[in-house]
Formats: sequence, structure tokens, C-alpha cells
Amino acid sequence: MLRYVIKRLLSLMISLIVASAVIFLAIEVVPGDPAAYMLGLNAQEDTLAALREQLGLNGTIAQRYGDWISGMLVGDFGTSYTYRTPVVEMIRERMWISLPLAIYALALSTLIAFPAGIWAASKRGSVTDISVMGVTQLGVAIPNFWFAMLMVLVFAINLRWFSAGGFSGWDSGFFAAVKSLTLPAIALALPQASILARVMRSSLLDTLSEDFIRTARAKGLSKRQALRRHALRNALIPVLTIIGLQFSFLMAGAIIIENVFFLPGLGRLVFQSISARDLIVVESVVMLLVFAVIVVNFAVDIAYAFVDPRLRVQG
Amino acid sequence: MSAAEISLRKAALRSRSLMIGLVLTLVFAGGALISFLWTPYDILTLDIANKIKLPSGAHPLGTDHFGRDILSMIMVGARTSIAVALVAVGIGMGLGVPLGLAAAARKGTFLDELIMRGNDLVFAFPSLLIAIMITAVFGPSALNAIIAIGVFNIPVFARLTRSGALSLWTRDYILSARVAGKGAARISFEHILPNVTNLLIVQGTIQFSLGILAEAGLSYVGLGAQPPIPSWGRMLADSQTMISFAPHMAIFPGMAILLTVLGLNLMGDGLRDLFDPKLRKVGR
Repeated sequence: MLRYVIKRLLSLMISLIVASAVIFLAIEVVPGDPAAYMLGLNAQEDTLAALREQLGLNGTIAQRYGDWISGMLVGDFGTSYTYRTPVVEMIRERMWISLPLAIYALALSTLIAFPAGIWAASKRGSVTDISVMGVTQLGVAIPNFWFAMLMVLVFAINLRWFSAGGFSGWDSGFFAAVKSLTLPAIALALPQASILARVMRSSLLDTLSEDFIRTARAKGLSKRQALRRHALRNALIPVLTIIGLQFSFLMAGAIIIENVFFLPGLGRLVFQSISARDLIVVESVVMLLVFAVIVVNFAVDIAYAFVDPRLRVQG
Repeated sequence: MSAAEISLRKAALRSRSLMIGLVLTLVFAGGALISFLWTPYDILTLDIANKIKLPSGAHPLGTDHFGRDILSMIMVGARTSIAVALVAVGIGMGLGVPLGLAAAARKGTFLDELIMRGNDLVFAFPSLLIAIMITAVFGPSALNAIIAIGVFNIPVFARLTRSGALSLWTRDYILSARVAGKGAARISFEHILPNVTNLLIVQGTIQFSLGILAEAGLSYVGLGAQPPIPSWGRMLADSQTMISFAPHMAIFPGMAILLTVLGLNLMGDGLRDLFDPKLRKVGR
């Protein structure tokens, strides 16, 4: 087990290093002179020089990459050029919206998908199964930002149950804050829940046809008991992988959904930074998101090995 | 026509999801093609006198805030969606399939490991993040959207091709090809590739539908096709502030995306069942 973890840890480190190099090259090296890019055509030479100095652009590429990485390791993400505040502060502030939103959506998606998938699989071929599969087929095909707009139309504009956008802030009370994240979380969760329910169903159907389930039934367990005690746990392995993979889609999806609901999270920050040509902020946020995706997938791999000892050997 | 072809054709006609999917896909592809020759109204002419009209006889799907006919916009927008998604699938297949074939042919070597870890890495960058990086540096355009979605497609096809190819490499007919003195590259293209084509077609359909969704998302946030090129995502973005009094502006382009993606997914499911009935129960 320890060998497996070390091996995975090593590949995690390599992934992070390569990913950071790709981001660094794409944003700081490809545009030529980032300072000139950020300031536009009419920039004065002394302003340019000052910005180059501030961004640390005077070193070699390797030096700058090293500075960037070592800065991030101690929590220094640089200073936003447009806002003149440390990027880490801007990220920390907005993280309190984006992270709860992603977790909320993940929880909703799991809460919807598990019962739906289990229900459909246990009544295979029935009207229930067919309707669950039909609804998930729609859920996979619907663009989540459009679904979000329709929810705004129905629940915010017509019924007035929710506000159409914006974030009340955690200071306004836990429930008020959760309420303003509810429509965005549903919009994010729907497509993910559809995929997850389908995976849950097919994985459970596979497991239910295994010999050990027949044995369990033969020793006198009811269908429901066999499902609960033996099938469910074994069916969870592919479901776990998908949850891990979905995390990256949730992070990316949140960027768009935050724009629909005018939530001041990381996604809004990215778009504001793109239009302000604030490359330092874009670079840091993209790195942070990629870091989160890689680490979550690593955690899923490790969680797997705990659940299924067979995977430890294969590596 | 051989007996096998006839039975395949019969099975295709019996598959309800394949037929529904095919019809939906053909409707939108047809609309896109017709729009090259004819649209009900010219989408570049603004008709402010008729702005934000609800659906009527003259404008079956209504008009937008510039008085443009929404049906015509959706027809031309289909062009953008289909073109972006198609080229992105092309990039994914064009690069992913050879990489997957190479990884399978050299299974367990450094090359295989390099290709597979590279795949994992690209997976860590969802297409939206790739698009954000490209746009931050080069500015938004349809081309950048294509690149972002296409790059993300490469590992999907590489992985699929590799796993399909690996199971083929153990077959007897591959062994006899090797005995006959064929090299790995030649075997990959002459014997492996034709046998993973079905897998690739099914996945291609799925990636095509995901590409349409991704393009819509990117152009919705302004990272895709730029005006005046109509795109479904852009139409939705424009409609957002007017949704309370002009919901038709939001509903129809969204329906277009939903139905196209649904059609492609159903077609993919149907094709998978048709090619490999064993996989039928797996679903997605």
C-alpha cells in the first residue's frame, strides 16, 4: 500500500510540475512581453519598465518560473496589476463562494443520482427505469447555463422564490447565503447527476449479475438484502472515479454558472481579469483550478486503493 | 448486399433511439446546410421596427432585440456549432488515434507511459480552462474555441484507441501478420485501425455532442465566435437581460442546443447497440 501511495505521489508531483510549466509558458512566454500586452499599444516606455520590474520580467525564463513557483509555495501569488492587491487575497475572498458552490453542487448531484440510479437498476426494464433513463438523457443534453436561465425565469422572475443573482454574503446569515447559492448549485448539479445516475445504474446492473450475488440469493437473502449488503459496495468503484472526474467539470462549469448568476466567485474574477488583461490573476486562478483537479483525482485514486485491494497491485 | 448487411440495416431501422437521433441530427444539419443558400430573413439586416416580436406567422420563432428573425439566426448559428464541434472532433481523432495506436503497439514502454501520462495531464485542463488561457493571450475567436475543445478531445480518443487496440494485439490474426513480417506501424493501420473504427464512430458522435455544448458555453461567456457571426451561445447571452419580457429569445436557441445534443447522444447510443449488442446494458 505504501509503495502504491508513494508511486502515485510521485506522479502527482510530476503532473503538477508539468502543468505549471504549461501554464507559465502559455501565459508569460507565448505573448512575448506580458507587460506590453497588459498595458496595450499606447504604453509609455517608463511605465512598461516599471511594470516589467514589478512583474519580475527582467530575469531569464527559468528564473521567472522558479520565482513564480517558490512564491506560490509560500502563498505569494503576485500582485494584481489592475486591482493593485495581492492575488492571494482576491482568491481567498472569492474562494468562499466558488468552493461552497462546488461542494453544494457535488452533494446535490450525489443525493439525486444515488437513489435514482439504484432505483432504476433494482427495477430494470420497468416504467421507473425507463423514465429515469429518459430524464437523465435530457439532463446530459441540456446546457447547464440555459437551464440556469430558465430557472431564473421561473423561480426568480415569476415565482419570486429566489433572487435572480448576486450573493448575499456569509455575513447575512448561513441560510440566506445558502439560498443565494441554491439555483446555481442545482444548475451545476443537474447534468452531473444525470451522468452519475446512469453510471450508478449500469455499474449496479453489472454487479447484480455476478456470481457472488447469486450465492447471496441462494443462501436465502432477499433481492433487496443482496443489493444492500453485497452489490452496492462493489458497484461504488466506477461511481467514485466519475465523482472524481466530475470535480473538474464542476470547477469549469462553475466559471460559467457564476456568470449567469452574477456571483462574485473565481469564475467572475477570471473573466474580469481577461477583459482587464490582468495576466497575473488569470495565471494564478487557472493554476489553482488545475491544482485542485489534479489533487482531487489523486485523492480518488488513493481512496480507491483502500476500497479495492486489487488496484494496489496493478498500480 | 450481403445477408449481414441486410440484417444490420434491419436492426438499424428497428432501433428507436438511433432513428430519433438520426432525424434530430439531420434536421439541424439540414438547417445549417440550407442556411448557406436561403434563410427566411437576412440575419445581417437589422429591422428595429420589428424588434422583440413574439412568434407569429411572419416570424415563426419571433425576432430579437435588433429585429432579426430568430429562426434564421438559429439556422446560421447551427453552422457555427457544427463547424466548431466537427473540426474539434477532427483534431481529437487526427492526433489522438495515432497516439493511441502507437501506445498500444509499444505497450509498457517509455513511449506508452509518456503518451498516457500526457493524456492524464490534458484531462486536468477542462476545455474551458484551455480556452481561458488561449483567450487571455490571443483574444476570443471561434478558432480559439476549436483549439480548446479539440485539444481536450485528443486524450479521449487516444485512450479509447489504446484500450481497443490492446485487446486486438493478442489476437491470432495479428500474430500471423507479424509472422508474415509486417511491422508494428503497418499492422496498426492495416489491421488494428479498421477494427476500432466502430468504437471511434460511437465516441466521435458523443464528442461531437459535447463539442456543441462546449462551444455554446464558450460563446455564451464571450470566448467563442464573435459577432456578427451568430452562435447559439451568443444568442443566449444576448437574451439574458431581456428574459423577463422576451423569454422566446432565450427559449428557442436553448432548445436548438438541447435537441441537437440529444439527437447526437441518441444516435451514439443507437450506433453502439448496433455495432456491439454486448455493450447494450452498459449505457452512459
